Amino acid sequence: MVERTPVFNAICQAILLIGLLIVLLPFVIVIVASTHDIRTVNTVPMPLTPGGDLFVNLHEAWVRADLGRKLFNSFLFAGTVAAGKVLLSSMAAFGIVYFRFPGRMLLFWLIFITLMLPLEVRIVPTYAVAANALAPFQAILDITGVTWLIQTLSGIRVSLEWGLLNSYTGLILPLVSTATGTFLYRQFYLTVPDELAEAAKMDGSGPVRFFVDVLLPLSKPNMIALFTIMFVWAWNQYLWPLLITTDPKFGIAATQLKTLIPSEFGLPDWNVAMAGTLLIMSPPLIVVILLQRWFVRGLISTEK
Amino acid sequence: MEKRATFSSTTIGLLFVLPMLVLMFVFFYWPSGQALYWAFTLEQPWGGGNTWVGLQNFRQLLADPYYWGAIGRSLVFGLGSTTIAMGLALVLALFTDRELRGHKAYRSVFIWPYAIAAPALGLAFRFILAPEAGFLSLINQVWPGLWNPALDGKDAMIAVIVAFSWKYIGYNFIFFLSALQSIPRSLTEAAAMDGSGPLRRMWDIQLPLLTPTLFFLLVINITESFQDSFGIIDIMTQGGPARATELMVYKIYFDGFKGLDYSGAAAQSIILMLLVILLTIVQFRFIERRVHYK
Amino acid sequence: MSSIAIKGVRKAYAKNAVVHGVDLDIASGEFIVILGPSGCGKSTLLRMIAGLEEITGGEIWIDGKLVNKMEPRERGCAMVFQNYALYPHMTVAENIGYALKVAGVPKAERAARVAATAKVVGLEAFLDRRPAALSGGQRQRVAMGRAIVREPKVFLFDEPLSNLDAKLRVAMRAEIRRLHRRLGATSVFVTHDQTEAMTLGDRLIVMNGGRIEQVGTPAEVYNRPATRFVANFVGSPAMNLMEGEIDRHGIFTLDAARRIAIPNAIESRLVGHKVTLGVRAEAARLVAPEAPGALPATVDFVEELGAGRVVHTDLGGVSFAVAISDPVAPGTGEPVGILIDPADVHLFAQDDGRRIDLAAPQAALDPAA
Repeated sequence: MVERTPVFNAICQAILLIGLLIVLLPFVIVIVASTHDIRTVNTVPMPLTPGGDLFVNLHEAWVRADLGRKLFNSFLFAGTVAAGKVLLSSMAAFGIVYFRFPGRMLLFWLIFITLMLPLEVRIVPTYAVAANALAPFQAILDITGVTWLIQTLSGIRVSLEWGLLNSYTGLILPLVSTATGTFLYRQFYLTVPDELAEAAKMDGSGPVRFFVDVLLPLSKPNMIALFTIMFVWAWNQYLWPLLITTDPKFGIAATQLKTLIPSEFGLPDWNVAMAGTLLIMSPPLIVVILLQRWFVRGLISTEK
Repeated sequence: MEKRATFSSTTIGLLFVLPMLVLMFVFFYWPSGQALYWAFTLEQPWGGGNTWVGLQNFRQLLADPYYWGAIGRSLVFGLGSTTIAMGLALVLALFTDRELRGHKAYRSVFIWPYAIAAPALGLAFRFILAPEAGFLSLINQVWPGLWNPALDGKDAMIAVIVAFSWKYIGYNFIFFLSALQSIPRSLTEAAAMDGSGPLRRMWDIQLPLLTPTLFFLLVINITESFQDSFGIIDIMTQGGPARATELMVYKIYFDGFKGLDYSGAAAQSIILMLLVILLTIVQFRFIERRVHYK
Repeated sequence: MSSIAIKGVRKAYAKNAVVHGVDLDIASGEFIVILGPSGCGKSTLLRMIAGLEEITGGEIWIDGKLVNKMEPRERGCAMVFQNYALYPHMTVAENIGYALKVAGVPKAERAARVAATAKVVGLEAFLDRRPAALSGGQRQRVAMGRAIVREPKVFLFDEPLSNLDAKLRVAMRAEIRRLHRRLGATSVFVTHDQTEAMTLGDRLIVMNGGRIEQVGTPAEVYNRPATRFVANFVGSPAMNLMEGEIDRHGIFTLDAARRIAIPNAIESRLVGHKVTLGVRAEAARLVAPEAPGALPATVDFVEELGAGRVVHTDLGGVSFAVAISDPVAPGTGEPVGILIDPADVHLFAQDDGRRIDLAAPQAALDPAA
């Protein structure tokens, strides 16, 4: 479009530049701060030209926060959670969209409603369940009298126990189910032409085959988009890992940030804190930068 | 939403949905039910199960000025950060959408904040906004003692709002820009033919068409301000100083895990759940009714 | 080779019936075309044969076996879809070979059969391409290949040519015909395009409103349409239809100035009844207005078709088309005469629209009253 609005364009550019400054400054400060020594980092104002202590600080943060182990755990945790979400939601959506059975809509609503039950809100009882993931089933057996029946018949007291505290399972499993992912997949399945399923039927393939041979390969873009947003989401989880992993063996990177806060009466070694922050915030940032297209696409389709 | 080509096997269909359902039952429905149960009961000090106390937990809670304080602070935090994050993101998206020089770079960079974990940016902003080091400490060199989030509750609230808003600029920007790009070019072109300039078009054409997105983001931002704020608060202020930044979720966490008051925490959970449900319903009703221009 | 028997087949969605009791026998190796306007139930009928649609009532037999409860894969049918339904993530070879893979055919044999099929449909050079990299005609061939490779007993075509441009459609039509001669499998082809139907089918089934209107060879359907609907639907331009009454002298009266003598229509069941009279545009002749026996009309407009012309006239308020090959057509507004040979007249009952067959014309015509 031909349009001559030089003044307005200049104002736009100026505001965009200010925006850029607002967005980038914190990144710059974190990076620069992690290159200074402890004296420089505490001068007011801190010089914005980088110092030479980056690797010293990274090393110090690495050791202090046990980041070797913790970053590994974070990768394992975020990768598994994201993959699990992709797998489970592709399956659940398939069941809901491609099959017609009584109660199908009920299942859909059951999944839908969990959107309104965010983890932070039900954190206390969820933690209690994690202490024994089979407690719900035990309770059902107790209430329905099955426990009593088995005990009277065989003399064995049924007692289901599966503690998830301080385990990878406990870290991962409660975060795997997802309504958002199910919707995303449902949305995608609805755009797949009906004839494709019919052609597969004519070609002699049953539902499982169709799912594996046709739907999953077709959903690759969807898969990548969902994986990307869920990886970033999982990497940035804080409250659940904080609660469930008191054993440092299973701790993840995000919760280690606390150990990097300079203590009130100790050394104000912000250079080390920022170096640690840099290490911990980088993986999801890199994912977003590299896979931006997929990340944006995944996020946008959650709006529908 | 119906597919014409459906498979008829109920068993296989159910099996596909089952893993998700089991997880949701164990980690969503059971705990939510548990919360409901705890909210209406009290644990006996010496064991022996819970006793039914009706609404007593809620009554206690609603009589507790600290709880009302947490609600008030959550409102201030939610509305403050939402306004800042959405306002800035909207302006940036509107201007980026004009595709001036460098718009590709802007489009990419403005998304970055959303990639950062709440606690990580909490730590970063704790340094940036520290009273004795970092950057805002400059103020204290001119007017000593003017800025101290560690001691002054107001300053602490400002600090956490700034940190949270910064992250959600990225989130809101993504949605605003994509909504702007989905407005047919022909509409802005028609407006240009009608003689309206770029600013006028933003006001007359683009903003009205953004209403659905605006509303969607409003609800999401407020809901997220309940949830995603935890990491920031825990790293930056731990609810302090003197509860000045103790939001609802932080109070649940604190009462439940530090104070071991399960019933109180459960009652708070239920109230928060109702709030989230209310917001979600409002969102769906609104989006369904008001926002379809087609 | 197989035959298909359809007995009283009905289809209803909830209370809404789309196919009302269809009876049909298809012989082994026959090429059947189901023709009808959109929404007439033709695709539904085809999909019921394929097993993609549940049958509400009646029976479908393929090759002597009742298939009502059989799944598509057990029926031995192959289908070509309107939008081809190619698997977008598979190459041409994988698309063609998928049914064999599902059936567990060993890899080597699969490759051989895919190669042979590709040769039949002329796709040898494109086996490694994805559907997105193919032209419309090539995609169509893949869809055909996918059906052929299984050597099915029955081929089902659901308007497979409607997404192609006109020229390609003619070429593919010839190709389908050639393939059918070569493979000889029973084929059922659904279309709303009458030219396609005429050129392809051994027999046509004309459907309307969920019912069969007529079954017959293309020539039969064209020359002796069984109902008013078929008369109007088959043939281009559509048959001229006029409503009027036949008096006891066998004269059809449109209005005072326009009467057509149909001597062999002096039958008790006709005389005094309202009927619809049909004349094909190709059967009527354009003559001078004053010619004996000509019905007076005025020219509305002339449609130029290249090889011939269709003159649309106003015949006392009824529009009437006449096809002529004469390069000189009368101008708009000119008075003309239309000559109709009683032997070319089709009569349909007013109430149910069924064809009224007249006795063979008598040797000596009664003098018109």
